[in-house]
Amino acid sequence: MGNCQCTTKASDPRWQKLDEILAEWRDKPGNVIPVLHKAQELFGYLPREVQEYVAAGLGVPVTEVYGVVTFYSLFTMQPKGRHTISLCMGTACYVKGAQAILDALREQLGVGPGETTEDARFTFEVMRCMGACGLAPVLVVDEDIYGKVTPEGLAEILEKYE
Amino acid sequence: MERFRGHVLVCAGAGCISSGCFEVEKALKASLAKHNLTEEFRVVETGCIGTCDLGPLLVVYPGGVFYQKVEPQDVEEIVTEHLIGGQVVKRLLYKDPKSGEELEKIDQIPFYSKQLRIALRNCGQIDPDSIEEYIDKDGYKALEKALKEMSPQDVIQQIKDSGLRGRGGAGFPAGLKWQFTADAPGKPKYVVCNADEGDPGAFMDRSILEGDPHSVIEAMTIAGFAVGAEKGFVYVRAEYPLAVQRLTKALEQARQRGYLGEKILGSDFSFDIEIRVGAGAFVCGEETALIASIEGQRGEPRPKPPFPAVSGLWGCPTLINNVETFANIPAIILNGSGWLQEIGTEKSKGTKVFAIAGNVNNTGLAEVPMGTTLRELVFDVGGGIPGGKKFKAAQTGGPSGGCIPEEFLDTPLDYESLSKLGAIMGSGGLIVMDEDNCMVDVARFFLEFTQDESCGKCTPCRVGTRRMLEILTRLTKGQGEDGDIEKLEALGNLIKSTALCGLGQSAPNPVLSTIKYFRDEYEAHIYEKRCPAGICQSLLRYEIVAELCQGCGLCVRVCPTKAISGQRREVHVIDQELCSKCGNCLSKCPFGAIRKY
Repeated sequence: MGNCQCTTKASDPRWQKLDEILAEWRDKPGNVIPVLHKAQELFGYLPREVQEYVAAGLGVPVTEVYGVVTFYSLFTMQPKGRHTISLCMGTACYVKGAQAILDALREQLGVGPGETTEDARFTFEVMRCMGACGLAPVLVVDEDIYGKVTPEGLAEILEKYE
Repeated sequence: MERFRGHVLVCAGAGCISSGCFEVEKALKASLAKHNLTEEFRVVETGCIGTCDLGPLLVVYPGGVFYQKVEPQDVEEIVTEHLIGGQVVKRLLYKDPKSGEELEKIDQIPFYSKQLRIALRNCGQIDPDSIEEYIDKDGYKALEKALKEMSPQDVIQQIKDSGLRGRGGAGFPAGLKWQFTADAPGKPKYVVCNADEGDPGAFMDRSILEGDPHSVIEAMTIAGFAVGAEKGFVYVRAEYPLAVQRLTKALEQARQRGYLGEKILGSDFSFDIEIRVGAGAFVCGEETALIASIEGQRGEPRPKPPFPAVSGLWGCPTLINNVETFANIPAIILNGSGWLQEIGTEKSKGTKVFAIAGNVNNTGLAEVPMGTTLRELVFDVGGGIPGGKKFKAAQTGGPSGGCIPEEFLDTPLDYESLSKLGAIMGSGGLIVMDEDNCMVDVARFFLEFTQDESCGKCTPCRVGTRRMLEILTRLTKGQGEDGDIEKLEALGNLIKSTALCGLGQSAPNPVLSTIKYFRDEYEAHIYEKRCPAGICQSLLRYEIVAELCQGCGLCVRVCPTKAISGQRREVHVIDQELCSKCGNCLSKCPFGAIRKY
């Protein structure tokens, strides 16, 4: 990394915060995953630069950090949209028609699971059971949970998020 | 608490939160303030009460009057009529679907009356954010008893004698695990709570952590005392932020009160608990993978033995039990091992929490004695199948389990009976399927899941599940061939006997059990290119019934592939070559002239 990036880092409070997180966790065993959670909260995703910085800060090989990032589905190396739509495709939701919701979302958003809309408004994700099976099919937008969702009701939900 | 005239419990489980319970609670508090009743009625935000699809729920004490599907605008009526006037608001009561009768009290409702709550004893009864309420319900008394009146070996013996088996899947005797960990040489030792509830369709661990976090903390501390550990970890899924939040708060309260930390309750025993949040990997529910994940590595399982009791976290002896198992512990310590022995069947003691979901009238969490039949669970507790449809199968044990058909509805639910049927108890997920669910498609769904979640370490699971999924996908697309069923069986049995961990070894179960009980459906897909349940899109055929078609042209306008043609006011036809089987025409036709085969 050249000098230029270092000056950017010095002026960006997120890197200072990351330094604090690294200092707090450095000596604790099993620190890689908790630190990556916090780093992703900070940056929204885990680009290569952040992974290298975390590896150096914790004194572990960057391959190990990269191995962890690619293993767990909640860690992402792609920037996310302003809002994240997570459609539950757990068993209860599936038998209650989640596939039809997935098809309708794909049509309305124009992107498939794992992708972000061109205007960066939505990132569309599929998840495995959020434990609200009594309300299947379930859709989560950011922190809001919607139960008993229908393809017809989707537009009204999406409207709320700009 | 006695100074209050009554309590109003507001269910704040995940289900009710998404149904809008906080708006109801706000309206309730505003109404109580308006009538100057804030000092007389206490509003308690509880964990999951159980009947998720009836939410938002309010339960009024004294009396235990159960109000369902409460909207913010209903609250004023409850306050004026019931709390002030003493008259129950009938229109908000639960109506028994069989008799049509309005049931006033929570314990009259069939969903609750068949239950026996041990693990869920406080869920929906107390405010999970209040350690005082937990203490009021005999909380931390078991810990006190263990520390002051029992030796570590007494505690282990009591758990062994109770017959408690692990509630997370395989049903290994809990007391033996405790004994192995206590006997293992080496220090330090660890206690781990597996809260990585990954089976889709199971949410009891979530509800316990959200509704009664102190019971898990108390149990882990007792376990630490028994096996000689000073440190515990709770490994929670990242998908459960509310559980993490409530547990974090409960841990702080327990430390402040001296139930955690140095020299607990004046004894020489010190113990503390740390939360570790997962990052989205189903395989981490497997204990060796979970341990790798706490250590900060990729969550890949390793061969056993050595078992975690001997060599677990950082190579040290580690006791690992799941949330529901732990939630049973304080009750066993307080009531004695003989008490649990009285409940359940010969080899499966106590109760089991089932998460009932799918095509069933009452969805939610129900804790019943082991040995309760599937019929009682689906038809009495679950209230049967909606829309007058026919029961087809119940899927237990998630992606590791199997489908149980109608002829075995009277099977008592315990570990042995379920595995005899090719299913497993697993964590207690119970998905009810009706005649509209295609069993081949369901098997494909589970294989897609396990294939996706396979960590890739061993070949049978990494490659084998993929090959099985390819065959199943072909079947659902009408490209099945003679011999496919036999191939699935051979491959499935091979994976079962050769995969490294429980995920791989059990991945073929949903396929093998559906072949066993629903072979005719597989055959229909292969030889007749037909999906009897009408689910597999590629095998469907939409046709227009000439006698009913009025030639209005509505279907032509909604068809995305222009597959429908016909003159106005004349019978239309669907070109099967062009039809994408989206079903738009079927849902739009006002004359019911379109049929799906």
